Amino acid sequence: MANVTMRVWRGDAGGGDFESYTLEQNEGEVVLDVIHRIQATDAPDLACRWNCKAGKCGSCSAEINGKPSLMCMTRVDELPEGPITVAPMRTFPIIRDLVTDVSFNYAMAAKVPALLPPPMPEGGYTMFQEDVARGQEFRKCIECFLCQDVCHVIRDHEDNKAHYAGPRFFIRYAELEMHPLDTNDRRDLVREEMGLGYCNITKCCTEVCPEHIKITDNAIIPLKERVVDAQYDPVAWLGRKIRRRTKRSADEAAVQPAP
Amino acid sequence: MTSPYEHHDYDVLIIGAGGAGLRAAIEAKQRGLRVAIITKSLLGKAHTVMAEGGMAAAMGNVYAEDNWQVHFRDTMRGGKMLNNYRMAELHAKESPERVLELEQWGALFDRTKDGKILQRDFGGHRYARLAHVGDRTGLELIRTLQQKVVSMGTDVFMECKVLRLVHDENGAIAGCVAYWRPTGEFVTFAAKTVILATGGVGKSWKFTSNSWESTGDGHAMALWAGAQLIDMECIQFHPTGMVWPLSVRGLLVTEGVRGDGGVLRNSEGQRFMFNYVADMFRAETAESEEEGDRWYDDHTAGRRPPELLPRDEVARAINTEVKAGRGSPHGGVYLDIASRRSAEFIRRRLPSMYHQFMELAGVDITREAMEIGPTCHYIMGGVKVDADTAATSVPGLYAAGEVAGGMHGANRLGGNSLSDLVVFGRRAGMSAADYIESGAGPTGFDLAEVQLAVKDALAPFENENGENPYDVQRDLQEMMQANVGIIRTGSEIDFAINALGEFAERVRNLSVKGGRAYNPGWNLATDLPSMISVSRCTALGAANRKESRGGHTRDDFPKADPEYGKFNFAHQMTNGSFDSEIRTERSALLAMPDELAQLLEEAK
Repeated sequence: MANVTMRVWRGDAGGGDFESYTLEQNEGEVVLDVIHRIQATDAPDLACRWNCKAGKCGSCSAEINGKPSLMCMTRVDELPEGPITVAPMRTFPIIRDLVTDVSFNYAMAAKVPALLPPPMPEGGYTMFQEDVARGQEFRKCIECFLCQDVCHVIRDHEDNKAHYAGPRFFIRYAELEMHPLDTNDRRDLVREEMGLGYCNITKCCTEVCPEHIKITDNAIIPLKERVVDAQYDPVAWLGRKIRRRTKRSADEAAVQPAP
Repeated sequence: MTSPYEHHDYDVLIIGAGGAGLRAAIEAKQRGLRVAIITKSLLGKAHTVMAEGGMAAAMGNVYAEDNWQVHFRDTMRGGKMLNNYRMAELHAKESPERVLELEQWGALFDRTKDGKILQRDFGGHRYARLAHVGDRTGLELIRTLQQKVVSMGTDVFMECKVLRLVHDENGAIAGCVAYWRPTGEFVTFAAKTVILATGGVGKSWKFTSNSWESTGDGHAMALWAGAQLIDMECIQFHPTGMVWPLSVRGLLVTEGVRGDGGVLRNSEGQRFMFNYVADMFRAETAESEEEGDRWYDDHTAGRRPPELLPRDEVARAINTEVKAGRGSPHGGVYLDIASRRSAEFIRRRLPSMYHQFMELAGVDITREAMEIGPTCHYIMGGVKVDADTAATSVPGLYAAGEVAGGMHGANRLGGNSLSDLVVFGRRAGMSAADYIESGAGPTGFDLAEVQLAVKDALAPFENENGENPYDVQRDLQEMMQANVGIIRTGSEIDFAINALGEFAERVRNLSVKGGRAYNPGWNLATDLPSMISVSRCTALGAANRKESRGGHTRDDFPKADPEYGKFNFAHQMTNGSFDSEIRTERSALLAMPDELAQLLEEAK
């Protein structure tokens, strides 16, 4: 088979540049295979993350020819001819080579108020497939953070990271919001502290999602509607005031220990 | 003592952030203890995420006849009776509760029509027993536990690789020494207890479903710390791994394909598994395709098809077919669900398999058969533990999950791993807490052990003309695949034992290029000593076990020998160096109480 040339970004927080590696191309290989062969021969210190090599763990995120992708699911023979460019995710600080500091995401995860279900009845909860299906779509998320990487709210505006959770966590909030058992109310939190309003629905996140989760249509838009309803709809407002509350406020939720 | 490095102090230190480690952390944290988890990768990426088909628990949601006794029986028979019966008993009894508790923490399992947790069929399980979410159950398990752990405020040290356990002056566990992968800086942890939850060893074989992490670190650290390893010769080769393209060879294809109706065919189109039904399973296996087909809809209308025999049986059969020249073009056999189920059914039940084959192999599994073959998947062997407490023989050291031995005997049933993680992860967390609350704990922290580990870890930087760690790893994988693979023979095993001595010397002579910050070549250099120690135990166990049983098949001793069914082979090291002498001895199985033995005797 022909050769493959890969231009891989090498460097650290202090700076770096693309380095070219040319190898024989093997049948059926993905970009990560070529990176592994570079590691095993020319550059054993080439830093990249990977685990499952099957699109299930979301470790090997990178920007391949400029597009945020998983290296393990991108076939070399499906890319246009010519050198392949592999760069680290741009939204996160560089550690080394293709490895970035994704701790922003873990900090956001730590802020999510936990699920708060009612006590479990003998023999378990009753939930129907149609009730769990919506949440199951969001729970397919492999936390590759490609949606975070591509989201222009934080990609182009570092300052926004302080008050913007990003698409990965909007689907998490949507999942909890739609969870059949949950009694926590995170709508004020999502609006006031997680920056849901910054998202202007350009759907870039949906486009790069390797799990094909319809992030914008199925999570962000419904979440925006619920949050807005909670704030402005006078009927809903009155309803919340006079009905027995089953949902808690965000403040209470944040300190409420999970079962 | 004062550590010369960044230093932390905890009550319970958990090494590994897969299902077992996370579940242990929850339990210990609930007891109000200071708990930390250390993981080589990012949180949520551990190998648990690769588990596909489901977690076995006799909940009886689909077949009310199911109960812990049947699950216990299936597990023991699947393990060819080499199991620690008490672990199998606890596992069968406790797994339903562990599944239900995941729902309290946010898991969303697939449902039955009446709103209960749906259960699917898997090999070796008499009833549909696996709670699941499509074919991504492991992801659901790890994400649920991860979110729970984070919500409890547990400290997690990510991308931190533990090099060695540290003792006090009396030999009790006192913590560990590690290094931060992003910076290469060393860090020490003092702890009253350490729970090993490090997973498996598959990366020492060429064709494996395991990730780079599965280098047997926990197995090796336990061995170096003075604990015993048992059943290390029992390695599960999962019958269905991808065989093409070569770059994904070994990647797992879930047993759920067969549970949901997929069948195995050779190049002649024959469902060959009907020719490979061992006597032990004949009474409960279908005799014809028609009978097997009836079973999928109603387990009382026929017996199970032979494709759903335990994994060791199916893997050996595939191996034999390929050797007999009836394999597929790329050296596997065919797994066909396309001709048996609708495209819509396949996409709904097996979404990630559909995705995986479409994107990596260009194969549409709703239209064509998959090419598959055995792949190194799981080690039944591991650290010898007490069933109830997960305690090893070293005070303060516990082990749970794949790194622990005994639960699965000579062969693990599919679906029994995810439930193993949460049942024994919880027990390890409980026992560590009990140990601490009893006032036990280390009286010091041996800095000499720290310095030794640091010196060994840095040696490849000082050595200018040594070998590339990647070359050594590749040769090791090829050697183990060729000589201690799915079918073994005495002369090849002896060859492997000798070769491993040479590999140890090569590992003493590695060179690493570049700096210490996020250097995968260096990281591999620190993994290789574990791989060598663990592979030596596997080879020694394989040499000693002169019979075939479960995940250990000897060409020169093709039958099971009842004498060998009475004990495990236990390995212990004479000192803590990775290439020091290993003592292998027979360790009698626990005697089973009559009422449990009865369950195994009863008619099918």
